[in-house]
Amino acid sequence: MMIVAQGLEKTYTSGGRPLPVLRDIDLEVAPESFVAVVGPSGSGKTTLLGLLAGLDVPSAGRVVLDGQDLFALTEDERAGFRAERVGFVFQTFHLLPTLTALENVLVPLELRGGGRGLRSRATELLDHVGLGDRMHHYPAQLSGGEQQRVALARAFANQPRILFADEPTGNLDQETGAAIVAMLEELNREARTTLVMVTHDQALAERAHRIVRLAGGCIVADEEAGAPAPSADGTDSAAPRP
Amino acid sequence: MKLGFALRLAVRESRHGFRRVGVYMAAITLGVAALVAIHSFRDDVARSVQEEADVLMGADARFEANRPLPDSVTHIIDSLSAAGVDVSRVTTTLSMVLAPKSGDVRLLQVQALQGGFPFYGEVETTPAHSWGRHAREGVALVDPAVLTQLQISLGDTLAVGRVRVPVVATVENTPTDLGYQTAVGPRVYVSQATLDSAGLLGFGSLARYAVYLRMPDEGARHALRQRYSSVLRATDVSFRLAEDQAHRLSNSIRFLGRFLGLVGLGALLLGGIGVASAVQVYVRERRPAVAVLRCLGADQWTVFAAYVVQAAALGLIGSGVGVALGAATQRVLPVLLAGVLPVPVSTRFSPAAAAAGVGIGVWVAVVFAFIPLLEIKDVPPLQALRQDFEPPRRRRDPWRIGAYSALLASVFLLCGVEAPETSVGLVFAVALLVTVALLAAVAWGLTRLTRRFFPTRASYPVRQGVSNLFRPHNQTLSVTLALGFGAFVVGTVMQVEGSLLDDLTVSFGQGRPNVLLFDVQKDQVDSLRTLLPASARAGLEVTPLIMSRITAIDGRTPAELRSDSMIPREERPRRWALRREYRNTYRAKLGSAETLVAGRWWDGTPAAGDSGRAVSAGDLVPVSLEEGIAQDLKVGLGDTISWNVGGMPVESVVTSIRHVEWSRLQPNFFAIFKPGYIDDAPQTIIMLARIPDPTRRADFQRALVHVFPNVSALDFSRVQEAIDSVLSRVRTAVTFLALFSALAGILVLVGALATSRLQRTREGALLKTLGARRTQVLTVLFTEYLALGTLATAAGLALAWIASAIMVPHVFQVTFHTHPVPLLVIWGAVAGLTLAVGLAGSRGLLRRPPLAVLREVPE
Repeated sequence: MMIVAQGLEKTYTSGGRPLPVLRDIDLEVAPESFVAVVGPSGSGKTTLLGLLAGLDVPSAGRVVLDGQDLFALTEDERAGFRAERVGFVFQTFHLLPTLTALENVLVPLELRGGGRGLRSRATELLDHVGLGDRMHHYPAQLSGGEQQRVALARAFANQPRILFADEPTGNLDQETGAAIVAMLEELNREARTTLVMVTHDQALAERAHRIVRLAGGCIVADEEAGAPAPSADGTDSAAPRP
Repeated sequence: MKLGFALRLAVRESRHGFRRVGVYMAAITLGVAALVAIHSFRDDVARSVQEEADVLMGADARFEANRPLPDSVTHIIDSLSAAGVDVSRVTTTLSMVLAPKSGDVRLLQVQALQGGFPFYGEVETTPAHSWGRHAREGVALVDPAVLTQLQISLGDTLAVGRVRVPVVATVENTPTDLGYQTAVGPRVYVSQATLDSAGLLGFGSLARYAVYLRMPDEGARHALRQRYSSVLRATDVSFRLAEDQAHRLSNSIRFLGRFLGLVGLGALLLGGIGVASAVQVYVRERRPAVAVLRCLGADQWTVFAAYVVQAAALGLIGSGVGVALGAATQRVLPVLLAGVLPVPVSTRFSPAAAAAGVGIGVWVAVVFAFIPLLEIKDVPPLQALRQDFEPPRRRRDPWRIGAYSALLASVFLLCGVEAPETSVGLVFAVALLVTVALLAAVAWGLTRLTRRFFPTRASYPVRQGVSNLFRPHNQTLSVTLALGFGAFVVGTVMQVEGSLLDDLTVSFGQGRPNVLLFDVQKDQVDSLRTLLPASARAGLEVTPLIMSRITAIDGRTPAELRSDSMIPREERPRRWALRREYRNTYRAKLGSAETLVAGRWWDGTPAAGDSGRAVSAGDLVPVSLEEGIAQDLKVGLGDTISWNVGGMPVESVVTSIRHVEWSRLQPNFFAIFKPGYIDDAPQTIIMLARIPDPTRRADFQRALVHVFPNVSALDFSRVQEAIDSVLSRVRTAVTFLALFSALAGILVLVGALATSRLQRTREGALLKTLGARRTQVLTVLFTEYLALGTLATAAGLALAWIASAIMVPHVFQVTFHTHPVPLLVIWGAVAGLTLAVGLAGSRGLLRRPPLAVLREVPE
């Protein structure tokens, strides 16, 4: 399994009173699968994503990501782990406004270190998302769709094993959003990445292999979606059905 | 930590950061500029004084006394002269000098020369090379002011005492001059023989007798001092080497330098606060980016290091600019202080001062930036997903504690180094910390009080403005600290400066006497009275001066007292107090500048707050001592003091102790005898008269010189002018440097208000979206800024007042006077500035449609 979450709970304290946000979540995600997490506002989607990615520490339970127990690591070791194996795509793109498109893509590569060829890899990625001619533009000079494409390039820069996406189309119009999702799927397939995406766009969720529904901090449904899951042996079975 | 990445990130970030951190750099620049200017200037003065040591004295060594040198010293000088040492005699006295041609008279310094003084340096004269003619030819040289004051020209004669001398040249510049030396009166230069025949050196005249030596061999003059130290100690002749004098001069100027140093330090610490608030704004803006970096796998120290590197780099650039500005300022200071400094000060770029400036600048930049920057390290990656996520604050974060400790230690260290004395620096540092604590308390009290006494009936915008002071994310604490501290530093500098200058300004005041007559003989008093204009006769103060020396205290001679091994050294009477010549008086009434602190006055009036122990004098002369001299002599009520009064022995007993306000310009005395005992002792008289009309004053002085040539008249209004011109220069220089503090204070203000500008702008835009008119939005902002500006400044100034009231008497040993006008001006200015800066920051909000603002300003 790529992700194993067991007995995951998260409780915030608000005004001195405990406020449970996630209760007793058990979840397993197979390698190279595409899981959509859906649910109404306040159901705990983003909290779950944060915990699975090791951005936050649960009140109880554990998360094993690609064989590594996340919360057995220190904060900085988790950061190092993310640099190695995890990618992110955000609703608000979150490009660093002071860096050019190219430099934004370079960030995870440089963080991981590793000598020469970083620049050409970043250039290649930007070409791949169709921004070969906008590499030296700053985020403010790019449209929303272009910014999210830079973010995709950045997310795949390190060839992560797992990619977390938080409402990646939430800030885009339908057409641009669809293009981004198509690109995300394509990159995912090529890089054989496991993809976990939070969304409340039903149409978008339908494109995943599996849909996990949250409500009130619990998993209320876990179902196969329109797209077939990859076979257990990891071979690609996501090809269109006849 | 990944240092390479941190450095690359720092470089990329700084491309955009510069515009935003302009305040930050400027704050450091100002502080460093003030420090570098002051340090280099201090070096300049010290170096110039040392380089010019021999020129300053005009010789290598000097004997000096206020009476003719005793035989024991004359013997030494004669033997030196016989051994081939160049010797020159300079005697200076004060005398009324008359210009027969114009009929004008003035009190002038008469300086008589015998020999080749000055041995070093060139005296500039017009016509050139005239110096020395007076010593050889019996003519006179004069300061140029003499010509204008007496309305004469070269070639005219002057009547000095009983002789007439032609004026042949003016003295433009003497290397030995200290700017203030001409304050008493410009000089007439004559020969020793002329002075002798003028008959000015009578009993009790105010003369200085000096003998200068040329002994270029340093070893020889030190040996001389060694050999004759016991002979000299038995006299009241001072023997000083050129290097000693230069050293003393640098010391006295160093004090001025150190005071300026504190002013500079104030600017630098204000700069530090400016840095802290600018960095706080910057960090707040960068939080989302930092969260993303953390998501992408950057560890906390890598990101933190990237920003520390930026802080240090900006500190370095700011300091570099500061050094340049400081070097420019360094050149301005000698110009501002010309006439106050003892030597022409050559400015030289001081690499040490520049390096210290850069070092201190970078250090202050980093140490003050460190605390807000630590927030970077604690930005959780989760904030990339949830912007409102605030991690619980860690209590007792060792890094935070370390950062605060480093800041504290730095403040103490800087204060300790910059202050005139380490203890003063510590007091200064503690005062700063107490101030910060009290300001924080004021801010806390303000939030509590506004909540408690909320103006529920006020209009909506006012209520909104007031509630801004206490609701979550309020800026009350940061603005109160920054504004209050700025007001505190500037206010303190101004109050201390005001009191110091007050102390220097001799106040002659309305209705006070403005003419001082001295060297009056006793039998001349009555006829002199009739010479005065009728209006001046009633208020005439007549004070006898009785030259006295102490021959014994409680029956023991000074020599016995000084060598008594039974008494610890520090409890023995001070040597100078035993040895000095006292100018005592006798009088019936306590003066206006005197209060009795122990014993009883002649008429039985007891000291205030004291039972007023009555000492029965028996057949001894009752005497009242000033408290300081009583302490130095180690005597108290009932002790007996034996005096030699012009050869006549007088036995006295201390019956009272007085406190004297020496700063009041009137005749004050260490010892006052009860009248009726020694009224016939040899004495001279000084008289104080008030002649308000300048023409009458001039007429009187003219008449005086004809009738009583031995009597000198000092016109205070002239002295006042001379002192005023020196003081105005000191004031200009101090104000100039205080300007740095004021500018740094403004930057702090801008920085403090910027911390909440984004938030206020967004709120204003929201209010407009909800239908608020521009005036309503303005009223909200106006209310908040007005309340903060006035209250924070008032708190800072109140603390400044308290600090000055404590510091002025204890650190600078000067009476403290409140100067309300500068305080009120600062109050109004800072409150006004707060409003102006606060509202100016929001002008975009008011002009543009709300949605445009909302779209631009991040949450």
